[in-house]
Amino acid sequence: MTIEVSPEEIYKRKIYREWGLTDEEYLKIKEEILGGRLPNFTETGMYAVMWSEHCCYKNSKPLLKKLPTEGEHILMGPGEGAGVVDIGDDLAVVFKIESHNHPSYVEPYEGAATGSGGIIRDIFSIGARPIAILDSLRFGQVDNGKTRHIMDQVTAGIAGYGNCIGIPTVGGEIAFDESYAGNPLVNVLCVGLIKHEHVQKGQAKGVGNSIIYVGAKTGRDGIHGASFASKEFGSGNETQRSAVQVGDPFMEKLLLEACLELIHNHNEILVGIQDMGAAGLVSSTSEMASKAGSGVCLNLDKVPQRETSMIPYEMMLSESQERMVLCVKKDHEKEVIALFKKYDLDAINIGKVTNDGLYTLYHKGKKVAELPVDSLVEDAPVYYRKSRVPRRIKEFATCKEFIPEIEDATETFKELLAQPTIASKRSIYETYDSRVMTNTVVAPGSDAAVLRVRGTQKALAMTTDCNQRYLYLNPEIGAQIAVGEAARNIVASGARPLAITNCLNFGNPEKPEQFWELSTAVDGISESCRVLNTPVISGNVSLYNETNGSPVFPTPVIGMVGLIEELDHITTQSFKAAGDLIYLIGETRNDFAGSELQKMITGDIFGIVKFDLLEEKENQDLVLTAIQKGLVKSAHDLSEGGFGVALAESAFEGKFGLSVEFNRTTAQLFSETQGRFLLSISTHKEKEFEELFGEKAVKLGRVTDDGVLFIKTSDDLVELQTHQAYDIYEGAIPNLMKQNQ
Amino acid sequence: MHFAVIQFPGSNCDFDLLWAIRNVMGAEAKFVWHNEKSLEGFDGVLIPGGFSYGDYLRCGSIASFANIMPEIKGFASEGKPVLGICNGFQILIEAGLLPGALIRNNTLKFVSKWQPLQVNNLTKFSSEFAENEIINLPIAHGEGQYIADEKTLSNLQENNQIAFTYEDENPNGSLRNIAGITNSSGNVLGMMPHPERAVEELLGGTDGKKVFASILKNFCEDCF
Repeated sequence: MTIEVSPEEIYKRKIYREWGLTDEEYLKIKEEILGGRLPNFTETGMYAVMWSEHCCYKNSKPLLKKLPTEGEHILMGPGEGAGVVDIGDDLAVVFKIESHNHPSYVEPYEGAATGSGGIIRDIFSIGARPIAILDSLRFGQVDNGKTRHIMDQVTAGIAGYGNCIGIPTVGGEIAFDESYAGNPLVNVLCVGLIKHEHVQKGQAKGVGNSIIYVGAKTGRDGIHGASFASKEFGSGNETQRSAVQVGDPFMEKLLLEACLELIHNHNEILVGIQDMGAAGLVSSTSEMASKAGSGVCLNLDKVPQRETSMIPYEMMLSESQERMVLCVKKDHEKEVIALFKKYDLDAINIGKVTNDGLYTLYHKGKKVAELPVDSLVEDAPVYYRKSRVPRRIKEFATCKEFIPEIEDATETFKELLAQPTIASKRSIYETYDSRVMTNTVVAPGSDAAVLRVRGTQKALAMTTDCNQRYLYLNPEIGAQIAVGEAARNIVASGARPLAITNCLNFGNPEKPEQFWELSTAVDGISESCRVLNTPVISGNVSLYNETNGSPVFPTPVIGMVGLIEELDHITTQSFKAAGDLIYLIGETRNDFAGSELQKMITGDIFGIVKFDLLEEKENQDLVLTAIQKGLVKSAHDLSEGGFGVALAESAFEGKFGLSVEFNRTTAQLFSETQGRFLLSISTHKEKEFEELFGEKAVKLGRVTDDGVLFIKTSDDLVELQTHQAYDIYEGAIPNLMKQNQ
Repeated sequence: MHFAVIQFPGSNCDFDLLWAIRNVMGAEAKFVWHNEKSLEGFDGVLIPGGFSYGDYLRCGSIASFANIMPEIKGFASEGKPVLGICNGFQILIEAGLLPGALIRNNTLKFVSKWQPLQVNNLTKFSSEFAENEIINLPIAHGEGQYIADEKTLSNLQENNQIAFTYEDENPNGSLRNIAGITNSSGNVLGMMPHPERAVEELLGGTDGKKVFASILKNFCEDCF
C-alpha cells in the first residue's frame, strides 16, 4: 500500500526523485505548467510515469524522427497502437514489436507472458484480429543455472500466454551472449489482419461522450512499471516484483473477442479505443484526449478495483493487465455494457469527454487532480544527449584482418552446428502452438514464417532479425545488416518486403557512448529501410538495459512482414528432390569479424564488419524474380555459419545428402558475407535460371539421396552423414538445458 | 447434416472447426454458445479445442457444468454423434461421457507438432481410413496423457473403442499410446490430435478429412 504524502513534503524532501523525475523536470511542472502551484501526490506520480522514457521517448525522440515512415502502401504509421499496411483486396496487415526486458529478469514467466499480452492488445485495439506472434529473445550464455532458469521460464511464459489465447507463435529467434546474462531481452512481435473499414484510432472526442473502462479489475500490480523500465538495473531491483504484472490470457481472450465484436458490429457508436499498457489508466485516457484536442473528466470511484482502499495514485499508475478504454457515443453505453456482459466482462462508464483541455479526476467527491491534458502527453522534455564514440570502436578499426585457421574441416563443421545460436530451437518452438487458427503454411524452422490470407491467393511472410555481434563492432553497419537480413529471410520465402517495426534495445542514453550506439544504429536502420523500400510503421524503444553499469550489446530487433502475391510462390529452405542443382547467389569474401566461427575459435569478436547494401538489394530482387517465375525449389538465406551451415540446414528435413565443390577455402565455407542465398533448382530449369542470374549465381553441386553431406573446398573436405549432423544440430540445446547447475 | 460447434469462454479452435466443416467438408455448422439450452435442429455436436475458462481448474472441469452440457448428454444418449477434440476431449471426460482421465504430459511440457497415429478403422469416426492406416495429424496440448485403470483399458481394447494410438514416439506418456477413444456405444469420440488442422494440402496434410467424412457417412442417413 502507498501512503500519500503532502505536496509540500514532495517538494521539500524531493520525493519525486524516487519516481524518476529530475529537479528540472519537477520545477518545469510546478512553474511552467501549474503556474507555481505544487503538484499533489497523484499529479506528481502521473507526471513521473508520463514523462518516463518508456512513455514519452524523451531521449530517443530526436533520433526516431530520422526513420523513414512513409510509403504508398502505408495506411497508418507510428503514433497509434500499431502500424497498418495495405495488402490489397481491401485488407491490411497490422503489426508492432514491443519489449518486456526488465520484468522478464525479475519474474521471467509473468514478464514474458504479460509482454505477449500487451502487444496483442495493441493489435486488436486497432480493430485487427491478431493472427501471429513472433518472439525475439536474448539470453546470457547457457552455462549456468540462472540463465537456464530464465530461458526456461521466459519460453514457458510465452507458451502459456499464446497457447491459451489461441494465437499461433510462428517464429522468432533466440541468441546468446554474456552481455544479456543480467538483462535478458524479450521482444514480442504481434501481427494482425484487418479490413480497411475497421481501422480504429485511440481518441476521445465529442463533448459528453462516455469513457468506458472494460476488462480486468485494477489492482496494485505494476505500479511504476514504466519508470522501472526507464532506469538501469542494479543489484537490489531484482526483488522489485511490485513493478511486474501478472497475466491472465483467458481474460484477454474474452476481451479480444468482445472488442472485435464491438468494432466489427457496432462501429458507428465507437469513437475510440485504446489499450491500457504502460502507465495504465493515465496514459491511455490522456493520450486519447490529447490526440483529439479534448479534455477528460473521470470519477475514480467507478473504476473497478481488485483490492480495497486503493488511492487515486495507485489507480492511475497501476499496470494491471487485460484492460482497455473505450470512448463511446453518448446514450449508447447500454449496448456496449450488454455486449461485454455476454463475455462476463466489466464495462463501466467512468467519465466523460470535455472541451476544457483539462485532465480532471474526482475521488470520493473531491477533485484530486486537474492538469492540462497536453502537459502530460506533449510537454514532456526532449533531451539531446551527448554522443561519444566508444573506445572499442577505434580499436576495431585498427585490427588486423582475422583469417581463421582450420585444422579439420569436418570437426569444425560439427562444432559450429552445436553452437547455441546456430543449433535447432525445436525443443523450444515445439512448446508453442504454431498452427491454431489454421493459417500456418510455414511453421517455425525455416527462414520466415508464412501464413495464408483466407479468401485470397495471398500469404504473409514474417520474421524477426538482429545479429547483435555486428552491432557491437559497428552499430551503423550492424543495423543496416539487421534490416538487410530480415528482408533476405522474407525474400527467401517468396515475399516482397512491405515494412518493418523495430525494437531498439540499448543501454543508458545518458551515457555518451551508449547514446552514440543508439544514434548510429538508427542511421543504419534508416539507410537500409530507404534502399529496401521498407518504411518503419511502428516500434518501441527500450533503453537502460544495463545491469550494474554494464550495457547489453546494441540490439535493434527488426520485425518485418512481406507479401506473397500467389500461394505458389511460397518457398522454404529445405531441399525438395535428389538431383536438384545447388546454387550460391552472391560473392563470398573474408567476412569473419563478428562471425560465429570467430567467436567459437577465439572466444571473442573483433574486426571490421562490411556490408554492401546495394548488392544485397540487387541479389534480393533477382531471387524474388526467380521465385515468382517458378524457377526455385528451395531458398535459404545465408547468415550465422555461412554457406556450410546453410547447406546442412537445407538437407535436414528431407534427410537428403549433397555433393558440393566449393572453390574457396574451408574458412570461407563459414564466412558470413551478407547478401547471399542458397538456392536449389531442378535440372530442366538450369538454362532459364542461369540466363536470369548471369554471373551472380554459381552452380556448386547437387542434392543427393545417399544421406551424406560431402563438401569439397580448395584445401580440405567436409564429409559426414546427414543424420549425424542432424543429431548434433538437434541435440545441442536440449543437452545444454539438461546440465544440473 | 447440421453440426453444432460449442463455444465456451476460452475455446480457441472453434473458428478452425467451423471452417473445416463448412468450407472444406461442405456440411453445415453453426456456433452454439455455452449458455444456450437447446440443440434442436442439430445432427452432430463438435466440441473444439482451447482453454475453456482458462483451464485454471482441472482442464475441462468448469466447462463440464455449463448450461449446454445436459443437452449434450441427452443428445449423446440418443445415439447421435459427439466429437470432442483436445480440450473437447477433456470436457467429455470431465462430463463422464468418456472413461479415464487426461493428466499433464509426462514431459511436463506443452507439445505442438505433427504426430503419426495408427488408426483403428472399426469405429464410426474412423471407418473411412484403411485398416491400421498410419496417418499424420497435428497435436498441441499440455495435458494429454491418457490414464485409466487396467480394467477400463482392457474394456476399451476389447470393445474396439480405441480409435487412434500414437505411432513411433509417444508424445505424452498415454497408457497404451491412446490418442482417441469412443464410448461403449460408439457415438462419442474424444481425441487429443486435431483433425480440423489437417484438411488442406496447403497447411501440410489432409488426413483429418476422413474423420469428418466418417461422421458424415455413418451418422447421416440422408446425406449421401
